[in-house]
Amino acid sequence: MSARYLPYILILPVTLFLCIFFLYPFVLVAQQAFSTGNGFTLDNFRNVTGHWKFPISLKNTLLLAAAVVPVQVVLALLMATMVSRMKKGRDMVLYIWTIPLGISDLAAGIIWLAIFEQSGFLNSMLSGLGVIDKPANLLTYQNPWIVFVAIALAEIWRATAIMLVILVAGIGLIPREYYEAAEVFGASPWKRFMRITLPLLRPSLSTALVIRVILAFEVFAVVQAIGGTLFPVLMSETFNYQFELLNGGAAAAIALIILAISIGFTVMILRLLRVPKGATI
Amino acid sequence: MTTVATDVAPPDARKAGRYVYGAAVFLLCAWVLVPLYFLLINTLSSPESVNTFPKAFIPEFDLGSLLFFASFAGMLDALKNSILVALLTMVLSIVVGAPAGYALSRFEFRGKELFRMLILLTRAFPLPLLALPLAVMFIRTGLDDTVIGLAMVHTTLAVPFAVLITFSLFSGIPLELEEAAWTLGCTRLTAFTKVVLPLILPGITASAIFAFVISWNEVFAAAVLTIENRTLTAFLLTNLETSPLHLKFAGGFILVVPALIFIFAVRKYLFAMWGIANR
Amino acid sequence: MAEIQIKNVAKQFGEYQALHDINLTIADQEFMVLLGASGCGKSTLLRIICGLETATTGEVWIGGRRVDHLAPKDRGISMVFQNYAVFPHLTVFENIGFGLRMQKMSNDEVKRRVERTATLMHIEQLLQRYSGELSGGQRQRVAVARALAMEPDVILMDEPLSNLDALLRMEMRAELKGVLAESKTTAIYVTHDQVEAMSMADRISVMHEGKIVQAASPIEVYRNPAAEFVASFIGNPPMNFLNATPAGDGKWSVAGNVVDGPRANGPLQFAIRPEDMQLSDAGLTATAKVVEPLGAHLLVTCELDGKMFRAVLDSDLTVNPGDALTLAPQADRVRWFDPGTTLAVA
Repeated sequence: MSARYLPYILILPVTLFLCIFFLYPFVLVAQQAFSTGNGFTLDNFRNVTGHWKFPISLKNTLLLAAAVVPVQVVLALLMATMVSRMKKGRDMVLYIWTIPLGISDLAAGIIWLAIFEQSGFLNSMLSGLGVIDKPANLLTYQNPWIVFVAIALAEIWRATAIMLVILVAGIGLIPREYYEAAEVFGASPWKRFMRITLPLLRPSLSTALVIRVILAFEVFAVVQAIGGTLFPVLMSETFNYQFELLNGGAAAAIALIILAISIGFTVMILRLLRVPKGATI
Repeated sequence: MTTVATDVAPPDARKAGRYVYGAAVFLLCAWVLVPLYFLLINTLSSPESVNTFPKAFIPEFDLGSLLFFASFAGMLDALKNSILVALLTMVLSIVVGAPAGYALSRFEFRGKELFRMLILLTRAFPLPLLALPLAVMFIRTGLDDTVIGLAMVHTTLAVPFAVLITFSLFSGIPLELEEAAWTLGCTRLTAFTKVVLPLILPGITASAIFAFVISWNEVFAAAVLTIENRTLTAFLLTNLETSPLHLKFAGGFILVVPALIFIFAVRKYLFAMWGIANR
Repeated sequence: MAEIQIKNVAKQFGEYQALHDINLTIADQEFMVLLGASGCGKSTLLRIICGLETATTGEVWIGGRRVDHLAPKDRGISMVFQNYAVFPHLTVFENIGFGLRMQKMSNDEVKRRVERTATLMHIEQLLQRYSGELSGGQRQRVAVARALAMEPDVILMDEPLSNLDALLRMEMRAELKGVLAESKTTAIYVTHDQVEAMSMADRISVMHEGKIVQAASPIEVYRNPAAEFVASFIGNPPMNFLNATPAGDGKWSVAGNVVDGPRANGPLQFAIRPEDMQLSDAGLTATAKVVEPLGAHLLVTCELDGKMFRAVLDSDLTVNPGDALTLAPQADRVRWFDPGTTLAVA
């Protein structure tokens, strides 16, 4: 009797919460995007995509993701394997490497601003080494590549930790015997990594990638802190439409575009890294 | 046999390998820590020296920037709002999320897979975007620009994690322990409070702290949904263009410190959390 | 006084029928063992009696009271779990006293009862320890002490010894039997280990595919198995089976020999335990394949009539693989089974 309904009573609060604050807003956002006050229309999308800034911000967002995510995958894998064979000081190193996990994108942007701004640490270091004699203003529209690199570095610095944590947890789930068996059969460390770690890590890898790629399309505060308006991305355009131009419909339209790209990539990653049933650990 | 080959590799090569390994670990630690150190230098310098060139690489332990931060109009209120929203988010996400985590770990019920899908789905969407339509909804319901309204949105961000983390925590407590309590005179409720809760409390705390950090760090929704009652992140973001450098750095520092402490507090659970959440 | 009656209990998990119409009466103070392979429904039955599982249909009565609608705590039972379920956040003392505290017993009474049962289980020196500081065997003792401290009408045990190593298991087996006999509670004990069942039980219920195949004393189950399953499940090595064809007038032809048997229409299965045969001049002629000297005796696996056929012989004999052995079954130990129903034929 009551035991039968108990699970439903227990999941009711979350379900309600997610319906009101997750599913319902999606309906709203779609409604907003597809209407301008009088019925169904694609005007918002036409408006938004027709704007000269849209291709730039789309290109910037994709470029940033393409530059940042592969570096992070390699870096996180490297760090995770290094940690997995560490004996002494493992906890300390892991803590240090996961510190950025608790740091907001805004704070990360500010931290890297401290390095790249005109009187910042990069300039100070360069002048200390005698490379330059007076501080150059690096973050200007004349130096789009430096802006890009600064933002990319800040993103790599900030968001590799989330992948690292997922991958370390994933490696922890792989039984040690597999490595011992491979070693007995004569596999070198590199072979063991390629033939055992990577394939068995696929579920963790796909989780990590999905989360990371979605975060990459949401990139916003880092860009604002370092590049300001120099480096428009999709999310900052959304923000601008909402606040500067007070055009809710257009903001919703961009939001839907970001959503569509995110879903597209999620589905693609899940497809590519799918583990056949029964082949899991 | 390659393994034998590596074992009998010349000691020099192995030594070099270990040296490279140690150096790589050291460099990666530096990569994380040095930028934080720079922020610390800036924060503990007077506003004047923050803006001078070249920078000193040792902090001068001047509280000028922090004092300026504290006296900047609206900043302390924003800090207070941030803390309030984060605390509310923490409580809400545990109160709302933990029961569902328990249900997932203990019961087989129709619709369980659908429910799991709903939870996992939230991670595949850029959630802060939802703040846009919610802004309209909140104005209608009077929740706009309130601490509670923002906390609810932040709870939406944090609650899927709370569900998955508590699910993994509850799954770590053998059902047998609860059953033993039932045979020893407990009801479902007393078995939970006397056996499960004491065992799970540290983990629950960790997941609550995680919720706190999620809310504390959130920028976009906070900026969209608050106008007068800005949180610290929203305040800093909307004043980025006008505020002087030393204000940004001090603000960034204040943002980083609690997060650092909290991640340290929950570090033991970080990996267990994600190991299960993967599946 | 706690007699247990199980009336028409059936349990269905979705499509899967875990228990079929179980009827069983367990007398007051009886030690009943539910024996069977994993998946036979023995644990499900125990959990239904305990109240951790609800029967799809049927009734459970304990001490003349119908209990199947009651929560476990209201049934007058206590249980020892397979993995002991010793609460890790409580000391041994608080573990044993847990149930007593739930009954709001006074501190003095709790202390008295905890100390008494702890002494009974020889763990009185461990009372301040935590579960993590105990060995498997000690945890086992705490779990039993905790169940006994409740002074229940019925004590239920789900494979309580299966996680101990062989030597400890033997020691605990004897001790548990003694303690339970002294406590005068009715006991139901689930195991897949036939030695445990034989050595401890007053009565064994052999279960197979959700049914009780035979419920009888250990010696009866061993000597007169009610069905082929029981014959092949109990005894190590199990009973030998040979095809028997009718040779008229209560005579049966078995592997070329003619043997006396029941008056029935054939064919039947001839069954004999490996230890109930001797080397002789006349009898079944088998070819030895594998010879295992086990110390106390000699286990010889032969081939006979195209089937595996085992014999337990005196350890002084010398038998080599390939030898032809003539084995004489002890006539009063021969059993017969109907291959259609698999049941015993008198």
